[in-house]
Amino acid sequence: MQELIKRAKELLENGTVARVLGWKAGDLPYNPEPAYFDSTESLADFVYNGFCGANLSKYMIEASKLEGKTLVCLKPCDTYSFNQLLKEHRIDRDKAYVIGVGCKGKLDIERIRKMGIKGIEQISGAEMEDEADTLTVSTIYGEKSCKYADAMLERCHVCKGKEHQVYDELIGESKETKDADRFAEVARIETMTPEEKFAFFQKELSKCIRCNACRNVCPACSCRKCVFDSNKFDSAQKANVDSFEEKMFHIIRAFHVAGRCTDCGECSRVCPQGIPLHLFNRKFIKDIDEFYGEYQAGMDINAQSPLTDFTFDDVEPGIVGERG
Amino acid sequence: MSIEAKEEFRPKIVAFCCNWCSYAGADLAGSSRLGYPADVKIIRVPCSCRVNPMFILRAFEKGADGVIMCGCHPGDCHYSTGNYYARRRMTLLFSMLDYIGVENGRTRVEWVSAAEGVKFSTTMNEFVEKIHSLGKNVRLGDLRCRN
Repeated sequence: MQELIKRAKELLENGTVARVLGWKAGDLPYNPEPAYFDSTESLADFVYNGFCGANLSKYMIEASKLEGKTLVCLKPCDTYSFNQLLKEHRIDRDKAYVIGVGCKGKLDIERIRKMGIKGIEQISGAEMEDEADTLTVSTIYGEKSCKYADAMLERCHVCKGKEHQVYDELIGESKETKDADRFAEVARIETMTPEEKFAFFQKELSKCIRCNACRNVCPACSCRKCVFDSNKFDSAQKANVDSFEEKMFHIIRAFHVAGRCTDCGECSRVCPQGIPLHLFNRKFIKDIDEFYGEYQAGMDINAQSPLTDFTFDDVEPGIVGERG
Repeated sequence: MSIEAKEEFRPKIVAFCCNWCSYAGADLAGSSRLGYPADVKIIRVPCSCRVNPMFILRAFEKGADGVIMCGCHPGDCHYSTGNYYARRRMTLLFSMLDYIGVENGRTRVEWVSAAEGVKFSTTMNEFVEKIHSLGKNVRLGDLRCRN
């Protein structure tokens, strides 16, 4: 982290970049938030640790409209989103100075809480310099510890690899965290009966409070005007337009990002209700891989996206029924 | 006579038909005096590619029990390639509906050309029968909380 701050200071001082897009310490030890830093003094608040799960590539849409270059810190998985946004001409490559930062897996505070660790005051072992094996959590009930891997976000267990897809320079080391199959959960649901499937999804989606956090954080959801913005009021806001939208929100959203979703997992990370939203997106990715050949959005900037492409001998929609 | 005597279930079926092939096919079925159930409501679209996957969800939400999309045979699209895109979209949408537990017999895609009045009529008869056997669509009415 010190190396990162030092480099950011250098670049700010010599005028290569006008601002730094990174994470700053939040109110609590485990909630760093995305922030701009436009002076070397402000970099005192800069943090980069195991809790910096936020994908900063979407912020580059706004940063691309600002004067001067923006230094943006991207983790390996964030670079896929960055590439996808570049492909869609939503961000300006010339306005970005990408520093690829290392990643040893990001932590999920909810998982730590689920282990029964409550009243958290301080967490050590989450720094990038630490040997990422155990976390020591000091709580109001005394000191507790847990394994780093057990506290990781779901998406880190199915990591796409620690290779940056786009960068100007790399700082920091990464550590492989993949220990599960990405499509295992989707495949498990596919084998359920229709009744079980429906019961599962109705239970999960009933938790939704339509806060729109998943939409707002999603790098693929970057339309200037969103279908979910209400046109009945002067300001574009999240009040629902009609009941249809309320009922089908998650399917509509998943379909809108189908073929463009890089599976960055931000939707599930930010959901205050803990709905596993990535299951929708991953289902589309799995189907696309199965029917139209493997495709990873954001990997190759020149690749044709599967939904804007076709072949003469694509499978017929009837395959869904035949597959059983 | 009991007041609660059950009314016979009449499914509501929406058929999206492309202007150039399937709508003309439906016309031909009519002029050849081939019957198809009146439960099928046809919506004419310029091309099968015009059918936004949301149209299908919307139809279900508004109370349809089955939705069928008809277009030109692949390769015969009036706009050359429209139905190829539609085919990919519908495959993914149907797969997703299957994934969330909606019976996959409720959705169907059939390619019907302007000369296939017979096919149109048999397809619709078959589909209505299928929906009859599946019964009323309750699942897609509300994916979130009901009950």
